Amino acid sequence: MLEIKNLHVEVGGKEILKGLNLTINSGEVHAIMGPNGAGKSTLSYAICGKDGYEITDGTVTFNGKDLLELEANERAGEGIFLGLQYPVEIPGVSNLNFLKAALNSLRKYRGEEEIAAVDFLKLIRAKAAELEMDPEMLKRAVNVGFSGGEKKRNEMVQMALLDPIFSVLDETDSGLDIDALRIVADGINRMRSPKKAILVITHYQRLLDYVVPDFVHVLADGKIVKSGDKSLAIKLEQDGYSGLGINETAA
Amino acid sequence: MASTLETRQTVEEVAGDYKYGFVSDIETVKAPKGLNEGVIRFISAKKEEPEWLLDWRLKAYKKWLKMEEPDWAMLSYHKPDFQDIYYYAAPKSADDRPKSLDEVDPELLRVYEKLGISLQEQEVLSGVAVDIVFDSVSVATTFRETLKEKGVIFCSISEAARDYPELMKKYLGSVVPVADNFYAALNSAVFTDGTFVYIPKGVRCPMELSTYFRINEANTGQFERTIIIADDDSYVSYLEGCTAPMRDENQLHAAVVEIVVLENAEVKYSTVQNWYPGDKDGKGGIYNFVTKRAACRGTNSKVSWTQVETGSAVTWKYPSCILQGDGSVGEFYSVAITNNYQQADTGTKMIHIGKNTSSTIISKGISAGKAQNIYRGLVKVMPNAENTRNFTQCDSLLIGDECGAHTVPYIEAKNPTAQLEHEATTSKISDEQLFYCLQRGLDVEQSVTLIVNGFCKEVMQQLPMEFAVEAQKLLGISLEGSVG
Repeated sequence: MLEIKNLHVEVGGKEILKGLNLTINSGEVHAIMGPNGAGKSTLSYAICGKDGYEITDGTVTFNGKDLLELEANERAGEGIFLGLQYPVEIPGVSNLNFLKAALNSLRKYRGEEEIAAVDFLKLIRAKAAELEMDPEMLKRAVNVGFSGGEKKRNEMVQMALLDPIFSVLDETDSGLDIDALRIVADGINRMRSPKKAILVITHYQRLLDYVVPDFVHVLADGKIVKSGDKSLAIKLEQDGYSGLGINETAA
Repeated sequence: MASTLETRQTVEEVAGDYKYGFVSDIETVKAPKGLNEGVIRFISAKKEEPEWLLDWRLKAYKKWLKMEEPDWAMLSYHKPDFQDIYYYAAPKSADDRPKSLDEVDPELLRVYEKLGISLQEQEVLSGVAVDIVFDSVSVATTFRETLKEKGVIFCSISEAARDYPELMKKYLGSVVPVADNFYAALNSAVFTDGTFVYIPKGVRCPMELSTYFRINEANTGQFERTIIIADDDSYVSYLEGCTAPMRDENQLHAAVVEIVVLENAEVKYSTVQNWYPGDKDGKGGIYNFVTKRAACRGTNSKVSWTQVETGSAVTWKYPSCILQGDGSVGEFYSVAITNNYQQADTGTKMIHIGKNTSSTIISKGISAGKAQNIYRGLVKVMPNAENTRNFTQCDSLLIGDECGAHTVPYIEAKNPTAQLEHEATTSKISDEQLFYCLQRGLDVEQSVTLIVNGFCKEVMQQLPMEFAVEAQKLLGISLEGSVG
């Protein structure tokens, strides 16, 4: 599904990713862990096409398409979703309006009809209920005045509604208490399917207790330095990155 | 409201062009170019005005001759050449005025259709009575019969001068005096048409009243004068929309609006101003120099100005409230968008004279391209105005890094019981906001429209439904090409 080869990315003239390789197939859940500054968020932004993340070398293909040729909104149209570490506030724009506009944009990109207002309301209310979100939150401005946990839950509701093929979750678990963590994990697990894939970026192995990955990769100094299964995450939790011979401060 | 997608689609349809930039080929009668007593007499004669009104105009003209064009606004533009303007242009067919829509020049009706305001359609569907001012004369007023039953007068100002001389004499110039300012004096001398509204005691106007202004002739100025009187315990909501064709030269629009609100009455005045803003390089566009003022004379009277200013090359406009009656309320809700080389110096004046008066000012300025957007507002509390309250909120949004936003609040409090609050913010559409929208599938223009509509929400929701949709679309159109 997603194939990243020799990816080099610069931000503000500084090379952050230095030849990263990663292949993710349908049905798989991958986790990327790594010390601060290793390039985890850079990887997610590079996949999703954020401005300012300059690809200096390498390729990224998604279901055979050259992703790097596409604008950020077109990549979303292809079915890529990014759950942000710090979801952004949009004052004055209700969650409902925002999501309806987003869903219809995606449908338009895919040559589908706009969703009828009534159908949309039914759909979004169902998704909010699944993720135990108060329906009143849908009427509030996007992320404005939301607590950290509410913002992350909102990301999960958005993901559930937009129903992406490939989801990247950038430290979605950070700053959450155990109840919120369970909801986020539940949101991610709902996206598991033989036809979909998920990339979870996290600092902590605790999320991986709930979202059990098929593969775990360690990202350090702009490259994937080690890959394994779930046991790698547990080993990291016990021994730290230094246990793998990674110098945290060097990253 | 599912505004944004519709907005986007409209923007796409329009594809970057000024939507209303067509010129209509209609035969017109013009006064000779330039301004002198003869031209004023010509206008007055054309309109079959009574002697007192001609005298009033001439008095204004004499005062205007001695006045200087103001230069305190933060605007830079070439001063208009007042001898190079036609002060009167009327569709020829108006010499024998149409009695019903069937008699209106079909070419004119096609123009209105292009503007999306087919009269027949509106008559039937929307329940909006429209008085259309095309260049200098009111062409057709719909719904007048329905209004007449309630005693509501809704007619052109020329008709009012003929048919309701007592009301005209009493109120013309009573809120904006002849020599109030340079452009108001000019307007008083040469105003060619406009709308007159009178709501009798105890009447709640059964429909929204609406006027649509359009400048068609080249080199014409438009000088309309609007008077609205809300008698005791009455209510009216008045809508005003403006467009003008695309022309390379700058055209002058100097209007005066006077509103009088008596005891327990309320007037809601909404404007969507979409005059031609000039091209991307700042060539052409309308000079919009307008004086709008409301006098809340009665106890517990209320006036509410809502404006969405997206057009004009230069805007100079401060819809104001004189809160004279005890307990009177003034409100000002404004969205001003400037893009490319547009300049807007706009705001309000709240003059608190009566006791227990209150005012609210919500101003949203959006600046993109190389544009400058200035909020200028005065809150003045007179010595006897006990327990005055004012809340002012001025928010500016910048798009790109070559534009400017400025807030110039003046506060004069001469009574110690006054409670005045002022909040101001300046923000930019952040890269993070934009990326968030893009990542969810919206394209750049959609994202900007969405974010800007959100920014303006408090003002937009003040607009009557008929206008809200158009206004939301305009926001998107006005900001086309401002990002990315």
